[in-house]
Amino acid sequence: MSKIFDVPLYAYTRSPDQDEGMPVRHPVVIIGAGPVGLATAIDLAQQGIKTVILDDNDRVSFGSRAICFAKRPLEILDRLGCGEAMVERGVQWDTGKVFFDTRQVYEFSLTEEEGHKNPAFINLQQYTFEQVLVERIREMQAVGAPIEIRGRNKVEAIGQHDDHVKLEVETPEGSYTIEADWLVACDGANSPTRRMLGLDFDGQVFEDNFLIADVVMKADFPSERWFWFDPPFNRGQSALLHKQPDNVWRIDLQLGRDIDKEREKRPENVMVRLKAMLGDDAEFDLEWVSIYTFQCCRMERFRHGRTLFAGDSAHQVSPFGARGANSGLQDADNIAWKLKLVLKGKAPETLMDSYNTERAYGADENILNSTRSTEFITPKSEMSRILRDAVLDLSAHHEFAQPLVNSGRLSVPCTYDGSMLNSADALAAPDVTRPGSPCPDAPLGDDHLLGKLGNEFILLTIDADAPDSFEEDGVTATRLALSVRDDPTLTLKRQYLGDAPSGVYLIRPDQHVAARREAFDEPHFRAALRRATGKE
Amino acid sequence: MSDKLILSPNLDNADGFFDALARAHDGLEKSTSDALNARLIFLLANHIGDNKVLDQALKAAQNSGHKR
Repeated sequence: MSKIFDVPLYAYTRSPDQDEGMPVRHPVVIIGAGPVGLATAIDLAQQGIKTVILDDNDRVSFGSRAICFAKRPLEILDRLGCGEAMVERGVQWDTGKVFFDTRQVYEFSLTEEEGHKNPAFINLQQYTFEQVLVERIREMQAVGAPIEIRGRNKVEAIGQHDDHVKLEVETPEGSYTIEADWLVACDGANSPTRRMLGLDFDGQVFEDNFLIADVVMKADFPSERWFWFDPPFNRGQSALLHKQPDNVWRIDLQLGRDIDKEREKRPENVMVRLKAMLGDDAEFDLEWVSIYTFQCCRMERFRHGRTLFAGDSAHQVSPFGARGANSGLQDADNIAWKLKLVLKGKAPETLMDSYNTERAYGADENILNSTRSTEFITPKSEMSRILRDAVLDLSAHHEFAQPLVNSGRLSVPCTYDGSMLNSADALAAPDVTRPGSPCPDAPLGDDHLLGKLGNEFILLTIDADAPDSFEEDGVTATRLALSVRDDPTLTLKRQYLGDAPSGVYLIRPDQHVAARREAFDEPHFRAALRRATGKE
Repeated sequence: MSDKLILSPNLDNADGFFDALARAHDGLEKSTSDALNARLIFLLANHIGDNKVLDQALKAAQNSGHKR
């Protein structure tokens, strides 16, 4: 058993704020030191915004929890300075197999995009993920970055004001009050912040129970995602096997609707189920077990005055498709640069409404996909099961049926189509880089394109002229001049130009495309920069 | 191909197809029959492909039962 759960990672220490007579005001306070809160804090502090994280605990989350991290979040983490550490510690995988009863009916391969730095997916326990983020924060603190984690600081009350939020914080040494210009609530699906503010969380609740177990075993199974419908060892239900680092395996077993949770959770009963799956001879230790049900819910709005909700506190999905933590990291990516501009007085406060619009769009996409997967995996009616089984039977014989098999539609990056920050598309180039898209990576010699984008507005020119930079109302866009010849693999050309002879892209600090055009046209790009910062 | 569902007679051999479909179910348990019908629906749907046509077919089926 890993010791990581026993050791405080950010132990309580007394803050000078607790000895001030008056509440100290901070630009940003984040509630929750999970993946989303930590990533948001790193992003803000990296851009020079003083950030305090409050967490009611002082260590990583218990059990593996979120384990699948997709390429886009890894690219975001690269920008935050810890993507490589994640990939190094994670298990890479790109193959999924689907079994129906005793037969394999389908195998898929996640396409590795040529020239992209990051893999399609890695598996990494949430506790390791959080640990790497905290290590990154320690590294930043060592060079004086304005970031602080306060362990065992539990927010007990929240007061919303026009231009700040007031927080009553309980600690082992009594309570104190602080204020924040902006509060970001990253306190999970059961968000106490949401409850304290009396805000609703609506959606669909699913009744099936799932047993989730981490087992430590030396096994020859490849690092692939194996999903079973109606296997002999879990009749009428589903099962999932997935590899994590350190010989830890994730097992998910659907248990059905009306079950005795306490009975099912007893180790002796869990062992019977696992032995049925892994075989009597398999040697393994049970590291963590939990029984869960899930829901697909979201808040109506992710911004309430000076409080922003991010990650599971704002939206929750079923686990099929790895769309929870992966979407939360995209929330963080979206919040940080906007908050920075607003705090520095370079964008209107209403820019934060675009956080709500863009990420609610992403949440709806994730909820739609994960709800459909859940319907396929846990059919609600007899006919729904008959149709599901027909697809599985057909998929073993005919290729056409394979796209209908839905064991989870894996997280893909969200394109903010229709966002008020986008300018109309003015370049006849591939859809993959249309305004709203996250920039796809491309190799540039020893480096990659995404390593040169982000944190500020970039004017990417490909075989086009433009000034080295331009400023519009306090916001600067800096030119990155490239030629299709910089990438002999032609990935850059394929993704950003297609048949167009040249291209100029305005790229946001979160690496999403704001505008594009064949040549630099000053009024056009000035207007685009205004629009991308919420001024049009 | 038109994106309008054909609702006029279009089967080459109407009696023959009905007979073949009915015979395919001869002697089958209800659950086996249901599964056969379901597989057939997906095979035909894939052949049609066009979502507009499939939507019209779904609606036409919903609206033409005598017990709705």
